[in-house]
Amino acid sequence: MTRDEHSLIFDRSRPGRSATAQAPGPAHDAAGIPDSLRRRADPELPAASELDVVRHYTRLSQKNFSIDTQFYPLGSCTMKYNPRACNTLAMLPGFLNRHPLAPAEHSQGYLETMFELQEMLREVTGMSGVSLTPMAGAQGEFAGVAMIRAYHRARGDDERREIIVPDAAHGTNPATAIMCGYQVREIPTDASGDVDLEALRAAVGPQTAGIMLTNPSTVGVFERHIGEIAAIVHEAGGLLYYDGANLNAILGKVRPGDMGFDVIHMNLHKTFSTPHGGGGPGAGAVGVSRRLLPFLPVPVVVREDSGVYRHAAESDLPQTIGRLSAFAGNAGVLLRAYVYMRMLGREGMTRVAEFSTLNANYLQAELRHAGFDLAFPERRATHEFIVTLKRQAKETGLTAMDIAKRLLDHGYHAPTTYFPLLVPECLLIEPTETESKETLDGFVAAMASILEESQRDIDTVKSAPHRLPNRRFDEVTAAKRLDVIYRPETAF
Amino acid sequence: MPFIPHTEDDIRDMLQQIGAGSIEDLFEEIPADLRAPPLSGIPEGLPEMEVTRLMQERAARDGAPLNFIGAGAYEHHIPAAVWQIATRGEFYSAYTPYQAEASQGTLQLIYEYQTMITRLTGMEVSNASLYDGASALAEAVLMAVRINRRSKSNRILVPGALHPAYRATVRSIVSNQDIELVELPWDERLGSIDANGLEAYDEHDITALVVAQPNFFGVLEDVDALTRWAEARGVPVIAVVNPVSLALLKPPSEWGDRGADIAVGEGQPLGAPLSGGGPYFGFMTTRREHIRQMPGRIVGRAEDADGRPGFVLTLQAREQHIRRSKATSNICTNQGLVVTAATIHMALLGDAGLKRVAEACWHNTHQLAARLSRAGIQPRFAGDHFHEMAFDFGPDAQARLARMSRAGVLAGHPLAAEYPDLANCVLACATETKTAGDLDRYVKALA
Repeated sequence: MTRDEHSLIFDRSRPGRSATAQAPGPAHDAAGIPDSLRRRADPELPAASELDVVRHYTRLSQKNFSIDTQFYPLGSCTMKYNPRACNTLAMLPGFLNRHPLAPAEHSQGYLETMFELQEMLREVTGMSGVSLTPMAGAQGEFAGVAMIRAYHRARGDDERREIIVPDAAHGTNPATAIMCGYQVREIPTDASGDVDLEALRAAVGPQTAGIMLTNPSTVGVFERHIGEIAAIVHEAGGLLYYDGANLNAILGKVRPGDMGFDVIHMNLHKTFSTPHGGGGPGAGAVGVSRRLLPFLPVPVVVREDSGVYRHAAESDLPQTIGRLSAFAGNAGVLLRAYVYMRMLGREGMTRVAEFSTLNANYLQAELRHAGFDLAFPERRATHEFIVTLKRQAKETGLTAMDIAKRLLDHGYHAPTTYFPLLVPECLLIEPTETESKETLDGFVAAMASILEESQRDIDTVKSAPHRLPNRRFDEVTAAKRLDVIYRPETAF
Repeated sequence: MPFIPHTEDDIRDMLQQIGAGSIEDLFEEIPADLRAPPLSGIPEGLPEMEVTRLMQERAARDGAPLNFIGAGAYEHHIPAAVWQIATRGEFYSAYTPYQAEASQGTLQLIYEYQTMITRLTGMEVSNASLYDGASALAEAVLMAVRINRRSKSNRILVPGALHPAYRATVRSIVSNQDIELVELPWDERLGSIDANGLEAYDEHDITALVVAQPNFFGVLEDVDALTRWAEARGVPVIAVVNPVSLALLKPPSEWGDRGADIAVGEGQPLGAPLSGGGPYFGFMTTRREHIRQMPGRIVGRAEDADGRPGFVLTLQAREQHIRRSKATSNICTNQGLVVTAATIHMALLGDAGLKRVAEACWHNTHQLAARLSRAGIQPRFAGDHFHEMAFDFGPDAQARLARMSRAGVLAGHPLAAEYPDLANCVLACATETKTAGDLDRYVKALA
């Protein structure tokens, strides 16, 4: 490892050097700014040439795993191929240069596209209305629970203080409920992976505002009693919230609206293949049943009788939960989702569910055959499933973390580990529909070889990765030392 | 099949291994009465070529007007290298860097980003970004409530001259947590907060003061006086700043005697195209002592088992996937890809480049003001401005704007809807992208 391979952009900085061509032409002064408001010392951004910068960040990119370079069976995250056309077409100059506050006559192409996206999402989820404005799944969740709260409040039903969340839920669910001013009541999952109906019956009451559910659930199985759950919650006066994390599994097969959900969020960066981008931007469109329509977050795209499209705002929707961003959400991400949906079309939607489910069930069968234990062996996999290493952890000390890290050496991104929390030593595995049988077979072979290796040489597995630029990190010391910005005096 | 690689043989072999007769059998656990009807509302799939044609037509329909609208999203030149590198598959299609060993590229980039953005704001620590400027301010308000434990009122002073959409966003996000937003009036003549007006709150329990520099009208605030008022009362200051302006303006860390406590803003001017309002990113920086109250991802330097340096996501115990209902926020994502672009953008421009951009913005906007003045249109406010100004277009402002739009010039953002008192005013901005010829075209289109 040469020093250069660890260098920061600041190490490449040389006083007096700059990427001259990137800055505007002749310098002006800004003489009218009063001295008392002026900056005295330069901020000390890097001083580097264009080639320095291009080489540095190209090299950094090569230190990443990505879908374009590796199989990424990351459960709950739907790391499917991101078609290149989606990126190219969302970055056409007309879209890229359009100001969000441009008048309607300079926005019709974009707004028509967004209107159609709303309509397609409405159709595929079976809801009555859609707002595209939430900027990520968690913001979609926020919008959803805020709408539940606004609904009860509008009815003068102010005693509902609780949101019910299964113990297997994503961490964003309880965090969102709290942000919306609710208390959280957790209910257990039964031995076969479904919601414990008795516990649910005991939990609901006049204090119940709603329940947040993922279906297929976070344990990778379809919640078979969803009809009963909906009846129990609705009878108690609560509403049903659908966390769209696992929508990929059921696209075109069963719709949240038909299952009885009142409000849903979709992760367009999962189901509709917009890029994860190393941690965002996402897009968390929300859909609602008829009774929640008045509360949708603004803006929403509407079509006038004249055929003109426009953004409906607070004045059109006086009961709206309001605005969630300065403009209209992550427009460029929404365009990518639109392109994806148009390329897939109606049959393509259904194929997403079919082939993601086929791949998951195949991988589940093959891994079981290779000696791995399934968390719910009697259940069908949906688009994902859980392997548990409880037995191996006891026998040889092999943990989910060890497998995850050793897989990196084999050139596979790790599955999701230690989520959901209720299954010990678990790997949540989601292959997605875009992977071929050969890729899945290669992954099974790698898993089998790690299992075999762990029986004769557990230390090598436990100290993985070995073939990456870094071994396992000491995160505890990192959190204690807390070096979060570069200072020359503490340089490498 | 689009994006699905399976051959007929693959499907047969796979079903055989599973022990299922057909793909349909795999859905047997879904109750029959819940099965979806055909998705008749979704059109048939189209080949890439046809979707390309469709999108090109849609994009072209919106034209290429000469744009002088800012109001929170600003047109800047973005070096070609920025998005070419940001959209490399290794950045574009990577997940959140939870597996640190397989994500050193993204992690190091965020560490560099955190460094650059703290150098710009002068603050001590930064997170990996939030969704946008408006939602970052909402998170800052929630954070200030956590920091200021002494205050019991949850009352936040917010300037009336703060971006109206920011005020609306903060209201939507914090309204369920018993937080009260109190609007401070702006000075009728100057367009900035009336610092004397703060005296009305001298005896009140105030949880935090928000100060925007420049404010929505492009006017520069007396940030020192405002910050000192808060300092004297132990009230945390939340700064909302434009990152390009920071090349010229005093960083929030130097406001007053102690500096602001939290500095947030819209990152879009650092390399994100206008793109219809997003994706952008919100930045958030603060004092080191408050880092555990900061929401969102944070990258820290670490050492691996061999003592080699590298980077990890740190202080994850603040976050929803660990703390669940006790997390600092429900936020999960950062705007990774846009932050990637912004980091490359800042590295390319450097101090000198960013300063030139800021100066050219100041210069062009003031040039526009001079030309409009000769045409009989005056700035509405007498305060000092950065790169945006409210102009009084007279009683036929709306008609004039519409006419100019038809002529291909977006003359600015009308203030009538958000500020009835400023019904004739138009907020206009001329960044470094505007030439003298563009300014001439603006004036010509006025007539």
